[in-house]
Amino acid sequence: MADPVIRIEKLFKEYVTEAGTVPVLRSVEFNVMPGEFVAIMGASGSGKSTLMNILGCLDIATEGNYLLNGRDINHMDRDELALLRNRVIGFVFQGFNLLPRANLADNVALPLIYRGISRTERLEQANQMLEKVGLGKYGQSRPNQISGGQQQRVAIARALVNQPKLLLADEPTGNLDTKTSKEIMALFTELNQREGITIVLITHEPDIAAYANRLIRLADGRIVYDGPIAHADAEHLESTS
Amino acid sequence: MITAMLSEAWMAMWANRLRTILTMLGMVIGVGAVILMLAVGQGAQQQVQASIASMGSNLFIILSGSTTSGGVRMGGGATPTLTVTDAQSLEELPSVAAVAPSSPGVAQLVYGPNNWSTQIIGTTPSYLQVRDWPLSAGSVFTDSDIRSATRVALLGQTVAQNLFGDESPIDKTIRIKNSPYLVLGVLAGKGQSLDGRDQDDTVLVPVTTAQNKLFGTQFAGTVRFIMAQADSADAMPRVEKSINELLRQRHRIRDGADSDFSIRNLTAMANTAAETAKVMSLMLGAIASISLLVGGIGIMNIMLVSVTERTREIGIRMAIGARGKDILLQFLLEAIIISVIGCLIGVLLGVGGAYGVQAAAGMAVEVTVNSIVTAFAVAAAVGIFFGWYPARKASMLRPIDALRFQ
Ligand SMILES: Nc1ncnc2c1ncn2[C@@H]1O[C@H](COP(=O)(O)OP(=O)(O)O)[C@@H](O)[C@H]1O
Ligand SMILES: [Mg+2]
Repeated sequence: MADPVIRIEKLFKEYVTEAGTVPVLRSVEFNVMPGEFVAIMGASGSGKSTLMNILGCLDIATEGNYLLNGRDINHMDRDELALLRNRVIGFVFQGFNLLPRANLADNVALPLIYRGISRTERLEQANQMLEKVGLGKYGQSRPNQISGGQQQRVAIARALVNQPKLLLADEPTGNLDTKTSKEIMALFTELNQREGITIVLITHEPDIAAYANRLIRLADGRIVYDGPIAHADAEHLESTS
Repeated sequence: MITAMLSEAWMAMWANRLRTILTMLGMVIGVGAVILMLAVGQGAQQQVQASIASMGSNLFIILSGSTTSGGVRMGGGATPTLTVTDAQSLEELPSVAAVAPSSPGVAQLVYGPNNWSTQIIGTTPSYLQVRDWPLSAGSVFTDSDIRSATRVALLGQTVAQNLFGDESPIDKTIRIKNSPYLVLGVLAGKGQSLDGRDQDDTVLVPVTTAQNKLFGTQFAGTVRFIMAQADSADAMPRVEKSINELLRQRHRIRDGADSDFSIRNLTAMANTAAETAKVMSLMLGAIASISLLVGGIGIMNIMLVSVTERTREIGIRMAIGARGKDILLQFLLEAIIISVIGCLIGVLLGVGGAYGVQAAAGMAVEVTVNSIVTAFAVAAAVGIFFGWYPARKASMLRPIDALRFQ
């Protein structure tokens, strides 16, 4: 069997606050294999985002190992982590996180700047990506001129422009209506099935989780369920919003 | 990469146009002030240098009356004690190149309908050597003119201009105090003296003519001052000493008694003036530099605000792969662009201002390439120096903290 894309072992995360240290993740462990589509559910405050930020190399665990494509994150410096975020991981946020001043093509092309790609090539690739998410005509528009669903498509195009093999999405449909959410999920499914991109996404809604193959349920910083969606109890699939 | 960074920096600056312009204004004023002050300082320095050059070199001026007596300076109006024969005897001293007795006064000159009031100096042909002052036309009066106290005159440029206009004054007769004087020559232009007087506004006549016919003296044969030139700068201390000894001896001054004359080393005074001008010029530059510093602090201030304001943007960029140095470069570039563009405008305004001052106030200004190059170097340095801290602060942010920032 192939090596896992993500391998985390005994992952702990504590936040140090004025009130003292708050344990948020307590010994979380799992592997994600190439081509998997994983949904993470859990009550608000259960540590989903904290976990996702660590997986996305935006944050570092207090304790435990994280191997991304077999490489130990703990032994990497800031620049190496930046490189991983640029090439290996695509990250999609609930709030889209587009640059409001830049037009959509420039937004999508942004990761290519840090790869040192020329402007013409950047724009060409960005427009291709926009085409792929169904926004080919909108390259010159600004983020505030399009709908939330369209903005999330742009964010996905940006996450994919460097052809990463792993896509992480923290509540990507959290700000979208049901219809738009379904369109976004259809896009994720297509990316997963057609291009074999490994996807890990956080959601509150069972309908959204149902697009995935595997469910991880977090409660209070611990995994309480990890297995195929089809086998999950109703309790673990329960809406958390 | 760098072009992408530049266009991004440009976009960010454009998005905050007003703020960018205000920040630049600090630089503009700083650089403009430095350029202007340096120009004014340099101009003043040049003028002093020119005056010194026009004064003549290795000069002493010997005045009647003692300069200091118990620390109190006696006026120049003291009884004249120096004579033409004193001057002649000084000429015999070793290392003395030339000596010119001088009897100045003021009188009205008339030529045709024009009249002009000016300083008239009674002296000898040596005066032209001592002052290193050539003629632009005509010839100098001679020793025989001095012996017979003839009514002849050499006109300074300003006097010639005012009396004759474009006409040639040579061999024309002017009237001084109602007596006719033949113009033998016209002196070359000298420009301003150290104390700002027009040196060309003067007329030279034989010393005897001045004494006997023009002004008269209470004491026959005396002159107000004597100018003496040493033949080298090295010889000046020696010459000063021997002049002092000779004159004391001639005036029969007992040991320990005050001299009835005083010797001033004009060259040393001129050098002091040059030094003063230089210090002034440096001080002007230094004061102006403070505004440059303030401009730099303004940049730092705005960049800090900008970093805080754009923390989220920094987080987004980091999340998609920007390294610390990419962020550092982005903010540093903004600071440098602001300071360099500010500098450019500042140079233009400074140079314009300098020539404006020259036109409006008639002050000498001198814009040097050096000062412009320095201004640019300093502006770039200020941009880097004051942009560094905010840029570094931005680059050191942890991606997750930057992203979470509200
Ligand atoms: N930067 C932080 N500092 C302190 N506590 C935090 C921080 N981020 C998250 N937390 C706390 O950690 C817990 C888990 O948060 P999070 O991972 O965002 O949960 P979820 O995404 O599942 O809602 C919450 O109690 C939250 O208050
Ligand atoms: Mg969350």
